[in-house]
Amino acid sequence: MSAAIAEPTITEDGRRIGGVVMEMRNITLRFGGVTAIKDISFDIREGEVRAIIGPNGAGKSSMLNVINGFYHPQEGEVWFRGEKRGPMKPYQIARQGIARTFQNIALFKGMSTLDNIMTGRLIHMKTGILGQAIWKGGAEREEIENRERVEKIIDFLEIQKIRKAPVGSLPYGLQKRVELGRALASDPQLLLLDEPMAGMNVEEKEDMSRFILDVNDEFGTTIALIEHDMGVVMDISDRVVVMDYGAKIGDGTPDEVRQDQKVIDAYLGVSHD
Amino acid sequence: MSSGTALPENLDSFPKLVERNAREFPSRAAYREKEFGIWQSWTWAEARDGIEAIARGLIAMGLAKGDHVAIVGRNRPYFYWSMLAVQYAGGIPVPVYQDSVADEMAYVLDHCGARFAVVQDQEQVDKLTDVAERIPALERIIYVDPRGLRRYDHTNLVSLSDLRKSGEDRKAETEGELRARVDAAKASDTCIILYTSGTTGRPKGVVLTNANVLITARNSCDFDALTHEEDVLAYLPMAWVGDYVFSMGQACWAGFCVNCPESAETMQSDLKEIGPTYFFAPPRFFEGLLTSIMIRMEDASPLKQRIFHHYIDHAKRIGPALLDGREVGTGDRLKYRLGHALVYGPLLNATGLSRVRVGYTAGEAIGPEIFEFYRSLGINLKQLYGQTEGTIYITQQPDGEVSADTVGVPSPGVEVRIGDSGEVFYRSPGTFAEYYKNPEATAETKDPEGWVATGDAGFFEPDSGHLRIIDRAKDVGKLTSGALFAPKYAENKLKFYPNILEAVAFGDGNDYCTAFVNIDLTAVGNWAERNNIAYASYQELAGHPRVYAAIQEHVEEANRSIAEDALLSHCQIRRFLVLHKELDADDGELTRTRKVRRRIIAEKYAPLVTALYDGSDSVYIETEVTYEDGRKGAIKATLEIRDAAVVTPDIQKVAAE
Repeated sequence: MSAAIAEPTITEDGRRIGGVVMEMRNITLRFGGVTAIKDISFDIREGEVRAIIGPNGAGKSSMLNVINGFYHPQEGEVWFRGEKRGPMKPYQIARQGIARTFQNIALFKGMSTLDNIMTGRLIHMKTGILGQAIWKGGAEREEIENRERVEKIIDFLEIQKIRKAPVGSLPYGLQKRVELGRALASDPQLLLLDEPMAGMNVEEKEDMSRFILDVNDEFGTTIALIEHDMGVVMDISDRVVVMDYGAKIGDGTPDEVRQDQKVIDAYLGVSHD
Repeated sequence: MSSGTALPENLDSFPKLVERNAREFPSRAAYREKEFGIWQSWTWAEARDGIEAIARGLIAMGLAKGDHVAIVGRNRPYFYWSMLAVQYAGGIPVPVYQDSVADEMAYVLDHCGARFAVVQDQEQVDKLTDVAERIPALERIIYVDPRGLRRYDHTNLVSLSDLRKSGEDRKAETEGELRARVDAAKASDTCIILYTSGTTGRPKGVVLTNANVLITARNSCDFDALTHEEDVLAYLPMAWVGDYVFSMGQACWAGFCVNCPESAETMQSDLKEIGPTYFFAPPRFFEGLLTSIMIRMEDASPLKQRIFHHYIDHAKRIGPALLDGREVGTGDRLKYRLGHALVYGPLLNATGLSRVRVGYTAGEAIGPEIFEFYRSLGINLKQLYGQTEGTIYITQQPDGEVSADTVGVPSPGVEVRIGDSGEVFYRSPGTFAEYYKNPEATAETKDPEGWVATGDAGFFEPDSGHLRIIDRAKDVGKLTSGALFAPKYAENKLKFYPNILEAVAFGDGNDYCTAFVNIDLTAVGNWAERNNIAYASYQELAGHPRVYAAIQEHVEEANRSIAEDALLSHCQIRRFLVLHKELDADDGELTRTRKVRRRIIAEKYAPLVTALYDGSDSVYIETEVTYEDGRKGAIKATLEIRDAAVVTPDIQKVAAE
């Protein structure tokens, strides 16, 4: 079919962009009579930061839900790591190595930062109920190993100060960071971020941008993100998909997209004469 | 007393002390750091091996004897080791404040001609790269945290772990050179250069010798009987002389353990986990802690509040006497013990101060109520007075002779005299060698006989023999009436109120005194919340009429207290305003050690100062602010100016002068 597997390339700042990890082929998603996504195709390559942008209601979040398998499109195919994906159960979704954060923060408010991030490790824990009850031996060792990984993430995101604080009491910007931490804890191959910078001030946005770039750089994690803030998107992503009214109207590097007339029209509006 | 005697030859440099400690206490903890949520620790033997490996790496990289190496980082064992490693290799470490902006950093690195720099992370590497053309002597940057730096051009960049590894790999070939350099060190060699932030002008590089630092360390360890059993928390800037003396000088001399917090923000909880036995903190720390204790207590149940206040009142009455070993009745003693079980003990434990055997505060005046509060709980909190040029110690308070408004007696080996103008002079084994590459400034500060001018005005209290500091000598001025004007005296009275973070008094050459006031956002914000006062920004809260009313009450109360001192009663604040922004070191309004730069403030806010004296009720101002990333912005505000009631001093008292 289309889109030949691209050759690995090296970006200007020296990161290696590999072959295609995920491919969307002619996706159409309907909710009853509403068509949220119309015949969209694009791919995500290993190690890149891929952004999906578009005005409100363009279908971006639906697209993200298709990528992580929460929605199954009525038409079209989703190919992940060379395999065509069918409908999945939630635990299957979790195990495929795709982690995400949510637009409206979905943390356990009463639990501490540490415990919230620990939940991201659950899929890597193998001890059963009996083992957990006996604790000594396997379960304890497993807890220590996973805690170590979580502590590295806490260090990475510089949230040592709030390690033991209940996340419900934290300011919004920090909750977003904790959520990123939980997503990272599952050691994802593909990380989906749904408006990671929504509602943040300039300084928080800068911090978050730095963390996203560092995650991509340090762990080599492939990142797909939705974002409203055009400035941020253009600065941190390698390639951008532009959606409007459920359809794809642009795809390419930030520079290409920025000059695309259809994109300009969608964002700035056109006069109807 | 051994205070004047020279150092033994086998202990006259830092590397020799580290060797001794590794020999005598090989398995005792020398450094601890909280990382990844647990306290990691290194024994003296491990620390020695780490330091030696870094030193070998530096030698292999081409560090020559006498080379300067800049150290830019927060308190972490790696930076302390790097400083020691530089000294092992015969170089001179130059610690730099890590929150300096690129321009300040470029000045210091260029002035000292550093060939290498050991820095914390990408942020510091970027800063140095930005000003690279201004620091041509800098050859290599060594970084600790590799994050974000992997893809940087590594021609002039190397990670500390790689440097250390290269040192280990080249052990055999560097061995001879390393030993020769360690053995060659002598007491008169330069130990370190510390740049003082200074309230005016460019920073000056204070050159301290091994003898300066180590004799001072020895004398001060003897003074407070510090041993290898102590634990300190290293959280104050590494470029500040205090941290160098406490966490390096005294730690290496006595062989005690230096504990590094996980991050600057977690200092409070790390303090609690470590429970230091020897602790230094600036007055603002104790003020902040007391404020947060009181805020927490207001949220407690009525029963708890009553128990708390009842026993705290008892402690205030009995505690200081107990601490000073004065006579106290048996009943009071028993009640104090009960109070300890119920209130003081748990409180100290929660703050991390329960093991403190020797505590010091310095840098600014501390409010008497605050000082007494901690002492009444049984913390041996004392004051010291000093400066970088004297390797910190000039005077300090011996156990049992402590008071809030003096700074104690001359430290061992230090001579102090008061000049004709009232300025304090001292001469000591810690007196600095010179200002680096600045003979004029050296000659201005230190006379040929070794007496150093502190720039502070003060006097010895006749009854106690303790030194009392009034203000910076050059800040002491006169009102048009000829009365003495000591801005700090008035400012300190104001700053003792928890609601007031900072105050700047004016009056020199004018008819009366006026002041700018900065509110304390934590305290005032909490009060606002309690009283249902809504506010959207610092600026709005600062200008709120009820905040103004509260501040006015404080000013008037302070005036009453100022009026009691016959000599300084003219320093009462006649008019004041509440500033719309917090004074900030990034805007040049404070020094990096958070001292007010009054001249800069007076220039920058000239329209406000004018308005304080021309009788207007309000004034409009636009102020430039610098954000943390170096960008600039402006804030606009219309500020209200208020009159405060003053107390007319007793006429006869004035006439009698």
